[in-house]
Amino acid sequence: MRVRLVDIAHARSGDKGDTANVGVLALKPEWYPLLARELTRERVAAHFKRMIDGDVERFEVPNLHGLNFLLHGALDGGGTMSLKTDAQGKVYSTALLRLELDVPDAEAKRLGLPGAA
Amino acid sequence: MTSRDIVRVASAQGFWGDSLDAPRRQVDGGTVDYLMLDYLAEVTMSILQKQKERDPKMGYARDFVGAVESVLPAVAERGVRIIANAGGVNPAACGAAVRDVLDKHDAGAVKIGIVTGDDLLPRLDELLDAGHELRNMDTGESLFAVRERVLSANAYLGSGPIVEALAGDARIVITGRSTDTALTMAPLRFEFGWRDGDWDLLAAGIIAGHIIECGAQCSGGNCLYDWREIPNLADVGYPIVEGRADGTFVVTKHPNTGGRVSVQSVAEQLLYEMGDPRSYITPDVTADFTTIQLEGAGENRVRVHGIKGRPATDKLKVSIAYRSGFKAVGTLVYAWPDALEKAQLADRVLRQRLERLGLKFDRILTEFVGANATHGPLSPAAGDLPEVQLRVGVRSGDRAMVERFTREIAPLVLNGPPSVTGFAGGRPKVEEIVAYWPALIDKNVIQPRVEVA
Repeated sequence: MRVRLVDIAHARSGDKGDTANVGVLALKPEWYPLLARELTRERVAAHFKRMIDGDVERFEVPNLHGLNFLLHGALDGGGTMSLKTDAQGKVYSTALLRLELDVPDAEAKRLGLPGAA
Repeated sequence: MTSRDIVRVASAQGFWGDSLDAPRRQVDGGTVDYLMLDYLAEVTMSILQKQKERDPKMGYARDFVGAVESVLPAVAERGVRIIANAGGVNPAACGAAVRDVLDKHDAGAVKIGIVTGDDLLPRLDELLDAGHELRNMDTGESLFAVRERVLSANAYLGSGPIVEALAGDARIVITGRSTDTALTMAPLRFEFGWRDGDWDLLAAGIIAGHIIECGAQCSGGNCLYDWREIPNLADVGYPIVEGRADGTFVVTKHPNTGGRVSVQSVAEQLLYEMGDPRSYITPDVTADFTTIQLEGAGENRVRVHGIKGRPATDKLKVSIAYRSGFKAVGTLVYAWPDALEKAQLADRVLRQRLERLGLKFDRILTEFVGANATHGPLSPAAGDLPEVQLRVGVRSGDRAMVERFTREIAPLVLNGPPSVTGFAGGRPKVEEIVAYWPALIDKNVIQPRVEVA
């Protein structure tokens, strides 16, 4: 089944220069392994392909049931240079949560994901 | 060293412009030992430098003087100490203004500690000549590329000088560019006698600082998790760290305040502005965020433990600000029907006019607020929206070009597409861009100075 990231995770984002960071956290600890498996660097880079100019870096923070992504070249120069409404990358967090994952029905059911039969 | 088991450090300001009531509410709401006020964002120093150039008595966060006045009985009578990086580029002037307030309220006995030595502007050429190139950490460029346009240059100092000021019995410690996290770690280190080499303890203090340095952003503010159910944000409680000598601590807030301290609210803040979570580098220690253990410890209480640290590096980060051209942003609002189409047409018309005028920009950016401004191409196709804000920004090294752009927005109201409003704010303002240049410098060329009087 198709699972919206926004239904299984929460997130916060911020900036460092022209880089936005997105910390994404599983809503339940038992959903973290699914996030860690599915939310690869490549997957996130493809998601943001038309929104950022640079690379994506990925870090695991299993103790917080979370992942941290650095999105380089995301802020039109960043901080004071940027002409963007979101010059400091504050809502890149929810832009990531638009991502959707394909999860096998049996696993979705076992994990009790929202919408799983 | 203290005989106290628990030292309470209360966050009372997450940035310059944060709630003016927060300091007083933190001392009135219950027991606290230290108030921690963080005023300095990356580009704040350059704004302060400009103010100091106009008036040598300026260049610090003036809000701080009022903050001290609002909590003065607690400082003078209950022994609450204050630590703030409010000194900006002029800690001495900040100290003098606070001294005036103390004298006015018969609190002349309260000692003030001033930490300096972070300001590299007067030494910049000397440092460059000595081979410290201050290369941009992001681009690798040498600072010579923008030397003539540098407005401010400050090294981030760690906890050491703050601890020294506290040891000299300073009741109010004012720093320039200290790390935000040192403002919280220093009092814990001072009270519990943590030393260089106590990497796990120092890392715990830094992480406590990271959690509360953005004020209410860890106690229910800007919290996405369960946001509808977070109670009474109107009366949000600012966070308090209850530190212990063993490096464990509890994040909490005063009773009968709004907001919520939860494992999730703290976890969101831990990942805020995070780089590599295994290497959070500070002047004092390298903290490992992958070792942090969070557990609920009662209502609005989160216990934090398990933290590991490693030695600091031999560098300090330097924050440099330099002039980098001009920008302006103009907006207009288009109404149903076909609001987005009208806004798109207005954008095309505007760009044709700018081109006909021969205006050249380093960058023109158009956003349609309501349709795609925050999520860009990830936004779903919009239906027939009730309204859309056209938002066009330009950037150029030539102020006159940007100035001319600002005259082209309002005319669209009468000579562009229909159903347009929202121009009451007048012409867009031209802003000088002060850009940020992060660099590193050898620790041994920076000598922090501490004065307590």
